[in-house]
Amino acid sequence: MEYFAPTQASEATALLKKEGAYVLAGGTDLLVKLKSRMLKPNVVIDLKALPKIKAIEKTTSGWWIGAATPCAEITEHEELTKEWPGVCEALGLIGSTQIQGRASLGGNLCNASPAADSVPAVIAANTICVIATENGEREDLVENIVLSPGVTSLKPGEFILGFKLPRSQGRSGDSYLRLIPRTEMDIAVVGVGVSLSLDKAGNLETIRVCLGAVAPRQVLLPDLQKTCIGKQPSEELVQTLVELARKACSPINDKRGTVDYRTTVAGVLTKRAFKIALERAQAK
Amino acid sequence: MSKKHISTVINGDAMEFLASPEQSLLDILRDELELTGSKEGCGTGDCGACSIMLDGRLVCSCLVLGVEADGKNIDTIEGMGNGSDMHPLQKKFLEHAALQCGICTPGILIAAKALLEKKPDPTEEEVRYWLAGNLCRCTGYDKIVRAVLDTAADMRAA
Ligand SMILES: Cc1cc2nc3c(=O)[nH]c(=O)nc-3n(C[C@H](O)[C@H](O)[C@H](O)COP(=O)(O)OP(=O)(O)OC[C@H]3O[C@@H](n4cnc5c(N)ncnc54)[C@H](O)[C@@H]3O)c2cc1C
Ligand code: FES
Ligand code: FES
Repeated sequence: MEYFAPTQASEATALLKKEGAYVLAGGTDLLVKLKSRMLKPNVVIDLKALPKIKAIEKTTSGWWIGAATPCAEITEHEELTKEWPGVCEALGLIGSTQIQGRASLGGNLCNASPAADSVPAVIAANTICVIATENGEREDLVENIVLSPGVTSLKPGEFILGFKLPRSQGRSGDSYLRLIPRTEMDIAVVGVGVSLSLDKAGNLETIRVCLGAVAPRQVLLPDLQKTCIGKQPSEELVQTLVELARKACSPINDKRGTVDYRTTVAGVLTKRAFKIALERAQAK
Repeated sequence: MSKKHISTVINGDAMEFLASPEQSLLDILRDELELTGSKEGCGTGDCGACSIMLDGRLVCSCLVLGVEADGKNIDTIEGMGNGSDMHPLQKKFLEHAALQCGICTPGILIAAKALLEKKPDPTEEEVRYWLAGNLCRCTGYDKIVRAVLDTAADMRAA
């Protein structure tokens, strides 16, 4: 195994075209797989020396979060956690304090686990990722990255440089909730991210709801435009969301939960996460 | 498998070593530098016995490559105190009998020290969540949590 820590994205993309090359961010997934010999990389490309890959910056249109920024740095950022509490809470749920010191958003996404905690929250937040390619950079929505467990839409040589989180303006709020069998250090049975905004009358102006761990990839609830926009956030609307969430589930049966259990819990968490996001928006 | 030359500062002293890319920082500390205070409980980030500070951040050294440590500042349990000059946390752990076999203790001390530096007045809940990544097979945690809270109270009063 060879190790490189390039300082230019072009160097990293060139190295990544080698046979058996993997990028390394915090290593909390990659090094576990390396040790258990699930993976035998020929080349490991440490991204952490690249410019802006560990930066958090306020921009004119929102926020830049470098793909390899450790969760702990994100959750310690006061202004960002105020603007996107749900996204930051989701990142804060990943692993222990020790894992938080290394784990990144880029790694959580590209590990492509259906149960990754931050992914439903950043998808709900309508986040774009900036991808380094052979010819420079391209952008894509986060919901287009994970295809199935362990598989992403990134092409050979590509990796994520960072994320563009939009500005959360006006009366808007977001939230993320997950259910795990223990109180800490476990894998989500279901995770739900909600992001919404209200108009002057208190009706829904935008809403995005994304479920994790209930299908081979994260599911963004469809048709919310028709069912929710312009409407009062009533109990009836909440019930519609709960039904849509349950319908969107196609989970697996495993020791953490049966299909029935996961589907039921998806509805319950959707309702609770919606209410938290709504309260946050109403408080503004 | 060519080894890389790595320069670090460990517990305040400049230290250099050769690391092959597969070696974890924990393996380097224990096998190459004879700093065997950090323990390997699992090797997969679950138990926290290998906890160290890397550039001021609490991390599991089993999930860091030795080669990643180049140019970094590392603090391990060996830098925290010794038999004649113990850190207040170490004294309290003895007083409260917050250890039995002791395998988890170095990691817990490093983690608890990081907590008290960030939060001198933690609640019991905060201590328990902060230490959730440090597993202890022996004590049942209660004495550990009490020792940390008691140290925090003493250090604030000092
Ligand atoms: C004890 C423990 C507890 C955990 N608990 C949780 C949990 O509660 N919730 C949860 O969701 N996860 C959990 N995880 C999994 C892991 O910590 C997260 O998925 C983490 O976010 C991975 O980030 P990383 O930077 O460590 O990724 P790495 O291990 O560095 O990389 C992960 C994968 O993504 C690729 N990759 C990394 N960065 C990029 C990039 N910028 N562009 C393209 N590909 C990239 C790597 O090649 C690798 O395949 C846990 C892990 C451990 C060891
Ligand atoms: S040995 Fe590193 S966490 Fe268990
Ligand atoms: S004292 Fe034995 S593991 Fe904690």
